[in-house]
Amino acid sequence: MSIDIDTARKVAKLARIAVPTTDLPALAEKLSGILGFMEQLNEVDVEGIEPMTSVTPMRLKRRADVVTDGNIQAAILKNAPDAREGFFAVPKVVE
Amino acid sequence: MTANTWTIAAARDALRRGEISAVDLTMSCLTAIDAGDGLNAFVHKTPEIALEQARAADLRIKAGDAPDMCGIPLGIKDLFCTKGVATQAASNILKGFKPEYESTVTGKLFDAGAVMLGKLNMDEFAMGSSNESSCYGPAVNPWKVDDAKRTPGGSSGGSAAAVAADLCLGATGTDTGGSIRQPAAFCGITGIKPTYGRVSRYGIVAYASSLDQAGPMTKTVRDAAIFLQAMAGHDARDSTSADIAVPDFEAALTGDIRGKKIGIPREYRIEGIPAEIDALWAQGRDMLRDAGAEIVDISLPHAKYALPAYYVIAPAEASSNLARYDGVRYGHRATLQSGDGITEMYENTRAEGFGPETQRRIMVGTYVLSAGFYDAYYNRARKVRALIKRDFEQAFAAGIDAILAPATPSSAFALGEMDKATPVEVYLNDVFTVTANLAGLPGVAVPMGLDSKGLPMGLQLLGRPWDEGGLLNHAYVLERAAGFVAKPDKWW
Repeated sequence: MSIDIDTARKVAKLARIAVPTTDLPALAEKLSGILGFMEQLNEVDVEGIEPMTSVTPMRLKRRADVVTDGNIQAAILKNAPDAREGFFAVPKVVE
Repeated sequence: MTANTWTIAAARDALRRGEISAVDLTMSCLTAIDAGDGLNAFVHKTPEIALEQARAADLRIKAGDAPDMCGIPLGIKDLFCTKGVATQAASNILKGFKPEYESTVTGKLFDAGAVMLGKLNMDEFAMGSSNESSCYGPAVNPWKVDDAKRTPGGSSGGSAAAVAADLCLGATGTDTGGSIRQPAAFCGITGIKPTYGRVSRYGIVAYASSLDQAGPMTKTVRDAAIFLQAMAGHDARDSTSADIAVPDFEAALTGDIRGKKIGIPREYRIEGIPAEIDALWAQGRDMLRDAGAEIVDISLPHAKYALPAYYVIAPAEASSNLARYDGVRYGHRATLQSGDGITEMYENTRAEGFGPETQRRIMVGTYVLSAGFYDAYYNRARKVRALIKRDFEQAFAAGIDAILAPATPSSAFALGEMDKATPVEVYLNDVFTVTANLAGLPGVAVPMGLDSKGLPMGLQLLGRPWDEGGLLNHAYVLERAAGFVAKPDKWW
């Protein structure tokens, strides 16, 4: 599977990473190389095999549905690049 | 020999006998760290915290209430959240981040009285095998045989370099595709990746959650057993941590492996492996046979697909895990131009904050998870993963106790040597190590000797799930038979 420049642009957009137009050909080439390597997986007969979803066979534990944490607003906001009046501040989203 | 060169076991015993104080032991490491800046291993030093913890440890030791790790000075990989101390995962996107909470592993170590000397260099977000993707610049391997500075391996390269250079007595590492075992082999130290679920992942910056597992990097196998004991155990805050008893790992080191069956996987004989690595592998077989184990040829038919499966699954999980770095809640935010909206903020923040390899893995992951390709890549890789795991289960069901394999396809290469290589060529470094992560198995790298260039080489043992004790005992037999005691000459 070869990745063309349009696909590279689309993937960068989906990943929310700004890639300058001039860098797209090199990116497409690198991604194609990586995905080409993965083509080997097509040699494997996976008929009837369930995808692995749990590394060790275990049932997730349950716990009582109660609040165990909270009231740590200052700690939550401590590392924010822009926190104001108890909120995370971001550029205007709605006009 | 100054105390920073001691093993954890020797320091533990000396502390308890009152032959040295934790403060003096810590000071000798802090001195070595300051003289070791040329290795670029410690990227955030915490001498004040270290001395405060050492003073507290001395009080506990005096009171006779000292767990094994009490007063032991350690380096902590930059991937572990440490409350109030910079935690960057070697990425510019987490520049300035000081967690408001403690990872379970560091919390347990501190509760046991261990001393934190500082944070250690690594590949950005643990993605890499050479430490060259670090935002701090690469850590350097203390082993130097010519003009070239060599990689300590990755991603836990700073941890391996710091332990090998005696800047600390041990260090934490994490292993997603070999990131403990490969740098351990490159630097001539011991490193164990435990069974998935043995050690809590809470507070460890996530790369690929179904593969990540933390473990100790140490000077000896005994130290690995002591250190792992303090890290392991169930944690309610990590739903994948196993609620099963942690056995006494050090007590498992009997040196008796008579009657044990050691599997030699034929699929690990891959083309282009240096003859020296092959010879070392044969030597390891002989050592285990001489100790009374039975050597059995086994087949892991899907092992050759482990690397491509890994490089689908790990980036897929990474693209999801790293979506959280958006410039809103923590870390770097790009400077906004007039008219920029929230999308530009996300895109520029992530373009500026993530290095090239991290960006590539996020985009590969995004692609294999995207509509239309999910089944062709991601689901197929998870099916192959199930087959890889089944291969191991069948080997263990047939009575195999441990599997012996090389740890790396070469000894440490020079920094910059892989600059022109394609990503796939770089990924080949992980060819012997990724299987353990995919199958969730414990794996340990043990230093065996030096190659003709004078660089360390290691072998790898893989064990049954939850049998870290038995695995470490096999490693202990190899360690004693190999008698590797060489240390790098100090040039830094």
